[in-house]
Amino acid sequence: MEPEITAGEIAKPAVIVSERKRFAALAGPKTAVGRQQERLGWLLVLPSLIVVFAVAIYPLYETFRLSFTNTRLASAREVQNVGWENYRRLLEDDQWWTAMRNTLIFTVSSVALEAILGMVVALTIHSQFKGRGLVRTSMLVPWAIPTVVSSLLWSWMLHDRYGVINSIAIRLGLMDEGRNFAWVANTSTSLMAVVAIDVWKTTPFMALLILAGLQIIPGDVYEASYVDGASKWQQFWQITLPLVKPALLVALIFRTMDSFRVFDLIYVLKQGATDTMTVAIYTQQVLIQSSRLGAGSAAAVVIFVCIGLMVLGYSRLITVEEG
Amino acid sequence: MIRYLPNPVNELMKESFNGTMSRRDVIKRGGALGLSATMMGTILGSYGAAAQDASPSVEQPAGWSITVPADLPDLTGVTLNVQLGDDGVGAPFDQACCDKFAEATGSTVNFIPGAQSATERLTFLQQTMAAQSSDLDMAQIDIIWPGIFASHAVDLSDQVGDLDFFERLMENNTVDGKLVGLPWFTDAGLLYYRTDLLEQNGFEGPPATWQELTDMATTIAEGEAANSAFAGFTFQGGAYEGLTCNALEWQYSNGGGSIVEADGTVSVNNDQAKAALELARSWVGTIAPEAVTGYKEEDSRAVWQGGNCAFHRNWPYAYSLSAAADSVIKDVFAITQLPAGEGEGATSAATLGGWQTFVPAYSENQDAAKAFAKYLVSPELQRARAIERANLPTLGSLYEDPDVLAANPFFGELFETFSGGAVVRPSTPSADLYGEVSLEYFTAVNEILSGQAEDINSRVEDLAASLEDIMADV
Repeated sequence: MEPEITAGEIAKPAVIVSERKRFAALAGPKTAVGRQQERLGWLLVLPSLIVVFAVAIYPLYETFRLSFTNTRLASAREVQNVGWENYRRLLEDDQWWTAMRNTLIFTVSSVALEAILGMVVALTIHSQFKGRGLVRTSMLVPWAIPTVVSSLLWSWMLHDRYGVINSIAIRLGLMDEGRNFAWVANTSTSLMAVVAIDVWKTTPFMALLILAGLQIIPGDVYEASYVDGASKWQQFWQITLPLVKPALLVALIFRTMDSFRVFDLIYVLKQGATDTMTVAIYTQQVLIQSSRLGAGSAAAVVIFVCIGLMVLGYSRLITVEEG
Repeated sequence: MIRYLPNPVNELMKESFNGTMSRRDVIKRGGALGLSATMMGTILGSYGAAAQDASPSVEQPAGWSITVPADLPDLTGVTLNVQLGDDGVGAPFDQACCDKFAEATGSTVNFIPGAQSATERLTFLQQTMAAQSSDLDMAQIDIIWPGIFASHAVDLSDQVGDLDFFERLMENNTVDGKLVGLPWFTDAGLLYYRTDLLEQNGFEGPPATWQELTDMATTIAEGEAANSAFAGFTFQGGAYEGLTCNALEWQYSNGGGSIVEADGTVSVNNDQAKAALELARSWVGTIAPEAVTGYKEEDSRAVWQGGNCAFHRNWPYAYSLSAAADSVIKDVFAITQLPAGEGEGATSAATLGGWQTFVPAYSENQDAAKAFAKYLVSPELQRARAIERANLPTLGSLYEDPDVLAANPFFGELFETFSGGAVVRPSTPSADLYGEVSLEYFTAVNEILSGQAEDINSRVEDLAASLEDIMADV
């Protein structure tokens, strides 16, 4: 017989623990009830499994499969298995390595700047001051604007002829009158311009996650350290930073993955120009502009592996923290 | 991407429709524009229509100049899903084309607007074709796509009849004997220039060579040094298809060939092509803004139409915008053919553009779709499209039509360029791999322009090697 659990029993933690034990005993495949339980379990997770399979596992499998073929988009050409050929050509392509270099520069500099600025913003908002609610809300504005819009907005601000950035620089005497500096077009500043836009846009996200981490640090730890005579600086390094680290790491994982796959922000500004080409733009160009589904899939698989390794690295850091 | 403002004939129609101008003035202005009697009849027929409706803000209906061809079949009960232009200012006209066809044949025509960017649209069509979907019965395709869609197309050669399309376009649209698309409207690169600035600096006419353009732009820009927004020359230098069109004009006009020749040989690595690219690079940061390496059509037109530019390369669509009533340069500009290069084989070259009607082989209403495709390219429809939308017809006779010429005075002068003088991008020899060829080419040229690739020789050598690889797969 299936045990009946009433709402009243569930409410008591002790009962739940004992119920769990009973369930665990029953859940063995040996008994009829156990099998029934197992079937029910599978039945209940089946919808989620189907969804995960349809939107994640199957596309991933297809990408892997395609990366070993010479498939083209909407082509009448015969599809052949080419083994590792796509990967070999990818790794020999200078454009790919330029894209990889750009992506790494972009990821490291934007994530580092966002973490530092996000921490500063979070600490500021965490402290008590008048109008805190207003500041906290307005801080989120850049994050709330769609990326394409902020990209266009900045392309106007950085415009060589009509841009407000050049205008301010000239008024402050930092730049000569009549100088139209093309921040986005100039190959020596373009990548940094893109990083600046990303930092402007994503620092609020970082700040918000760090703020959540700050808010769970109990106040008495600070009181105790104050009694012991710790300075504010010591408090930050010895208490705040170690305790906020798990939240910070989660934020870093999110941001690193996002930055590594950056596409829209740069594509809107520069399309596929080489000086700001990232691995995601490279992949889009091969997949869509060249219609080389096979080669593009190989690039996508390499990006997948890179991101997988990054996540592994981060989760290592987190478990070490917990241990 | 492409937007049009009302042209003179449209404006007149609007005023007549709203009843804001007297009948006599309508006739006078119509006469000044050189309109034919039939056209004046149409315009006067609508006189005061809006005033009678007591809604003076109503504009003239899009498609007012369409005469429905007589030979349309009866298609009662058939439903067609067609993709014409995007959902921008051209949509009402496209919708009117569909509605009039539906009305005349008893069918239902659903107009599905396409994406504004041609690249996005290509992706959509490729995916639809890859899925062999019957959802689409007819679509418009770019002049460089016949090779890509040949295997998915219904042969339209039985729809040509006695229509005398431009030979160049028919050749371009025919792949292995199959007519992939009927030529619908065409496009070619033009040089826009400021007559007032040329005069002030003592130049007698537009530049005949690129070097002359460079010198003239330099002189003019020196005189305009006080205006920090001023640029001598603007064009499309961003890393996208538009740069392929621009750069092909530079190198072809300098006798440097057309990247990949008709027989499939990669010809881009030659001294004349490299010299043309070298000259183009010298423009960036001097006569052209440094930011030109990111410009698309509308970015460059913004500088030109703001009155801050002496020379401007663009498609014909910019004419009606530059000549519009609210344009600051409407009285001080002119257009002509693009300059030639120097040395052996130098000539003026304009890259050919334009759109074709295409019927997917997966359509379940192929005969109706073919009839619709033929209807769109009929002289009647092309004429209306030229008058209302300033699109260039693909039939030579329409360039002599007084109403078409009244709406677009430059059509006549540049007939040579539009009718067959324009240079085709190498989409025929590279067939379905054109996308790759163009990507390699514009990426390389963009790197050269921006200085990312310092050594032109070695960059073009690399480019040629990549193109050889691609062409080996064709």
